[in-house]
Amino acid sequence: MSQVAIIVNGKARKADVEPRMLLVHVLREQFNLTGTHLGCDTSQCGACTVLVDGRSAKSCTIFAVQADGSEVTTIEGLATDGQLHPLQKGFWDAHGLQCGYCTPGMIMSAVTLLRDTPDPTEAQIREGIAGNLCRCTGYQHIVDAIQLAAGRR
Amino acid sequence: MSSRIFGSGIRRREDPRLITGAATYTDDLTMPGMLHAVMLRSPHAYAKITRIDTSRARQAPGVIASYTGADVNLNAMPCAWLPPNSSLKIAKYPTVAVDTVRYVGDIVAVVVAETPEQGYDALELIDVEYRPLNASLDPQKSCAPGAPQLHEDVPSNLAFQWTVSGGDVDAAFKNADVVVKERIVQQRLIPNAMEPRAALAKWAGASGELTLWNTTQNPHILRYLTSVVTGIAEDKLRVIAPEVGGGFGCKIPAYPGEFLAIFASRKLNRPVKWTETRSENYQATTHGRDHVQEVELAATKDGTILGIRARSWSAMGAYLSTAAPGIPTILHGLMLSGVYNVPAIKEDVYGVYTNATPVEAYRGAGRPEATFIIERMVDKLAAELTMDPVAVRQKNLIPKFENGHSVATGLTYDSGDYPGILKKLLDHVNYEALRKEQAAARTAGKIMGIGVGTYVEICGLGPSQVASAVGFQGGLWESAIVRVHPTGKVNVFIGASPHGQGEETTFAQLVAAEIGVAVDDVKVVHGDTETTPMGWGTYGSRTTAVGGAALVLATRKVKEKAKLLAAHLLEAAVEDMDYDDGKFFVKGSPDKAKTIQDIALMANLSWNMPPGMEGGLEASMFYDPPNFTYPFGAHLAVVEIDGDTGDVTLKRYVAIDDCGPQINPIIVEGQVHGGVVQGIGQALWEEAVYDANGQLVTGSMLDYALPRADRLPNIEVLSTVTPSPHHPLGLKGIGEAGTIASTATVYNAVMDALAPMGVKTLRMPFTPERVWRAIHAGGKSGGN
Repeated sequence: MSQVAIIVNGKARKADVEPRMLLVHVLREQFNLTGTHLGCDTSQCGACTVLVDGRSAKSCTIFAVQADGSEVTTIEGLATDGQLHPLQKGFWDAHGLQCGYCTPGMIMSAVTLLRDTPDPTEAQIREGIAGNLCRCTGYQHIVDAIQLAAGRR
Repeated sequence: MSSRIFGSGIRRREDPRLITGAATYTDDLTMPGMLHAVMLRSPHAYAKITRIDTSRARQAPGVIASYTGADVNLNAMPCAWLPPNSSLKIAKYPTVAVDTVRYVGDIVAVVVAETPEQGYDALELIDVEYRPLNASLDPQKSCAPGAPQLHEDVPSNLAFQWTVSGGDVDAAFKNADVVVKERIVQQRLIPNAMEPRAALAKWAGASGELTLWNTTQNPHILRYLTSVVTGIAEDKLRVIAPEVGGGFGCKIPAYPGEFLAIFASRKLNRPVKWTETRSENYQATTHGRDHVQEVELAATKDGTILGIRARSWSAMGAYLSTAAPGIPTILHGLMLSGVYNVPAIKEDVYGVYTNATPVEAYRGAGRPEATFIIERMVDKLAAELTMDPVAVRQKNLIPKFENGHSVATGLTYDSGDYPGILKKLLDHVNYEALRKEQAAARTAGKIMGIGVGTYVEICGLGPSQVASAVGFQGGLWESAIVRVHPTGKVNVFIGASPHGQGEETTFAQLVAAEIGVAVDDVKVVHGDTETTPMGWGTYGSRTTAVGGAALVLATRKVKEKAKLLAAHLLEAAVEDMDYDDGKFFVKGSPDKAKTIQDIALMANLSWNMPPGMEGGLEASMFYDPPNFTYPFGAHLAVVEIDGDTGDVTLKRYVAIDDCGPQINPIIVEGQVHGGVVQGIGQALWEEAVYDANGQLVTGSMLDYALPRADRLPNIEVLSTVTPSPHHPLGLKGIGEAGTIASTATVYNAVMDALAPMGVKTLRMPFTPERVWRAIHAGGKSGGN
């Protein structure tokens, strides 16, 4: 067992973890942040995407011990002062989700997308979320949602 | 207000919990003392288990118990769709394999441990010796002489043989000027609901009650089947579908996983959770399609269709999943006419056991395969007669009808305007100009194709008497309870179980529109057998078509009672009462109105009720539809192919669908987008590939090519509105329409692009390699 210290959604947290434990499991099982989802076991689907030190990362590709000393933001920490993040609002307003399972990861990927490309074209958005799979929406309303959020910031 | 609520694209009330991470899916649940079940799965497609020893696993850290087939005394897995006159042979489907495994992924043993990791570690310590046997994967070969037999009591692996027939097919082919033929491979697909399957079973030993949380599309059916498999009485069983992360058909059936969690929970008297990995999902959660079809179409030389004759071999996998036999038969064969006058139809369907994952419904379930046949054959006919594919369609379309049209297979479509929707499509894209653009592109050396697909689908399943006639072992009605509280707020309880389709919002819109309460004052409760009335689940695009009808009629009962009470309170005769937007008043005196909220309070207080009227303001409805509903549409795809690489780019996709009046257009649009993309996936990218030994080669999301955002254009979504004559609001359903239309549409576009190179047929999916080879082989391509 190793102890890791991670700042999660602004709060200092500690956990005892096996070296093989993935960040996503620590977030879900030890910190009870179940908004981060597991959709695959090959780092393809992106449902587990969170921000690590401010950038989108698939939390199933990172061992918890690698995240030691990092700052992690999950979907639960995205809204501030009770106000939805522009992306959360965009997804709601543009019907950017159906079953909602891919949504947290999709939103967390879009955070970095918009940070790097504040005024993205449709093609840039599509490319930016190509690492996140959604089976419900056909992506179109997700693209709309991200565009909406970009325009509002 | 009511007219604004119905038809308004309001935001979904489901979303706040989903966009903040507050939603609870099955795997998110934990409880004190909870254990984790993990499954050891067969690495062989077909083998005898000659020895199995779990003793080392049982000693491993954290392991509480392990079970093999010999330990598990559950009843066999049920098959609940028994097509009549089909010589159906249901092979025994044990929850845990006893001495034979029949597909890679068949459960061999269960380990229950304190943590999932300890469970997985212990699986490595189970010793199993297998004697591998030759596997059989292809449905045509599996029922041919000499094929390995999967089940002792099923000769030739023939699970069933079913025939649909109508009209004089022999005469049609005798009188034909032209006969076109095609061999179609409807490849096997993996549904890929983003949430893998999961179950949490909690046995309460003291009361003998069991609660099962499960990611299911139909909790009430699951309770029924759980009772059958486990022997726990239905009244002691509670099934809860928490947030469910997509289904697409693969969360209709019952699976061994949940029953084994129940078994372990009862044995150990502790909560037991089981969550599959995605790899397990690919191996052992049901797949879809996997048919091989040989089809002939007879026509006259002016392009008039005379008949269709087909044989279809449907791979069922190693066992029959809950509803599987009904899909390649009833939901497929009866729809072979599509939107056309086809006077004679005959199809023989062979359901065949193969050493693969069991198949089930997958979005569209039988109807995409039927649509593919007719839409493909119409294009082949057009090519044969050098006619435009649209002209052949126009020649054969069923004319507009508003109240019933019977087709050769015996169905009566409810309403449709197929010429109208096709015209709208042609006008929208300016079809003639598009063909000119294509001609110019071809001259410039580009490989461009245009594909048109029309469809009609059968949904809103369906009248229960018909369910009985076609062997479905359940009813197909839906239920709703509408309860108005003293403050005028409304709870709706439905038996259906939406999981992404948005009925918490659209059903609130229905109630609000009917009785004039604010849409925010209506909460829709679903997914818990303890709190909701019996219902048959969310699949077959039936929740709005059937459950929505139940809800509207229950709400109208509430309104009727409210009117009686309002008349009593206003000391007026009922005949003199009027209603407008949530207010009941004596005709001509709207200023002295009783609002629905006033009446709700008075009904709940019951201080002053008319003689004989019961207290409260609540009604329930069990609605059994008189017919199915038949949404329809016309789609068009434009593709461009890179001749150097064979890569297909979808340049444009237009979907015009008619699902009747739309409660919430943005939700309808979302359903169309998602459905269309799933069908595009089948045409261009997706296939579950097994090797000759029955190993799933596309065993992860790395190898199975799902549609991704950067490979898709924006889809142009339009609609027409043709109400169903028998639904109280004319609603039809939209969940599967996109998928039913888009595979054939994109297929036709690619074949149109390749036509100048002499390519006449090609197997899906259109991977770059396959397309490149076809381009280079030209007319000599191997095709299907």
